[in-house]
Amino acid sequence: MNKDEYKKLVDQLTPKENKMRNAFVAFLVGGFIGFIGQVIVTIMTTSFEMELVEACSWLCILIIFVASLLTSLGFFDNWVTKVKAGLIVPTTGFAHSITSAALDYKKEGMITGLGANFFKLAGSVLLYGIIASFFLAIFGVIIYG
Amino acid sequence: MIFFNAFLLSGLICMLGQIILDNTKLTPGHVTSMFTVFGAILSFFGIYKKLIEWAGAGATVVISNFGHLLYQAGIEGFHEFGILGFFSGLLTKSSVAIVSAIIFSFVFTLIFKSKD
Repeated sequence: MNKDEYKKLVDQLTPKENKMRNAFVAFLVGGFIGFIGQVIVTIMTTSFEMELVEACSWLCILIIFVASLLTSLGFFDNWVTKVKAGLIVPTTGFAHSITSAALDYKKEGMITGLGANFFKLAGSVLLYGIIASFFLAIFGVIIYG
Repeated sequence: MIFFNAFLLSGLICMLGQIILDNTKLTPGHVTSMFTVFGAILSFFGIYKKLIEWAGAGATVVISNFGHLLYQAGIEGFHEFGILGFFSGLLTKSSVAIVSAIIFSFVFTLIFKSKD
């Protein structure tokens, strides 16, 4: 069997995922998180008289708390495999990646396991976010003053 | 109607992520990193602030907001401390996300065990 035939066979046997359905589910779940977030922010700004920035920070903490808790209880992994981007793209994905890496490597020790692998998955978000925004901020100051 | 806008914006961003995941070989790590950088770029052009005005939490719950916060904190740092501000100020606004993720993950990891 040459390479092309093998590739054909692999393509045939790989289960076809329904892309339209995936995109729709991601839209619904992601939208639902945004909607719930807005409800919480509205309640905090009107009932507790918080500033918008303050309310958004509390919302961020709340989302990370819930995502982290659900990951360590074992629910979140199943949900992520079902709805994928709907839970990965919101801040829930950031918390999920850190907590699941921490849980997986905990048995290898507190320093060489948990400590060394804590940012295994979320590290790239921090790294490229910081690099991009650092240079963009310098450009921004030069251009906009 | 800000609730509808929030639903629409965060839904569309997640759908875009799902379409990228389904049609390319990129992993979730690529997508989240790309979206963070993209958030910083939108913030650079002043678009992200308008998105937050338009969709409220719909724009702040997605990972792109992290890039936006980093960029804005860098600019504010410069206006406060000059060149030093790029270094000392960059993480000030996104500290909430980083610290809470570290604290909660660590505490829950100590309490719970991996399921498999």
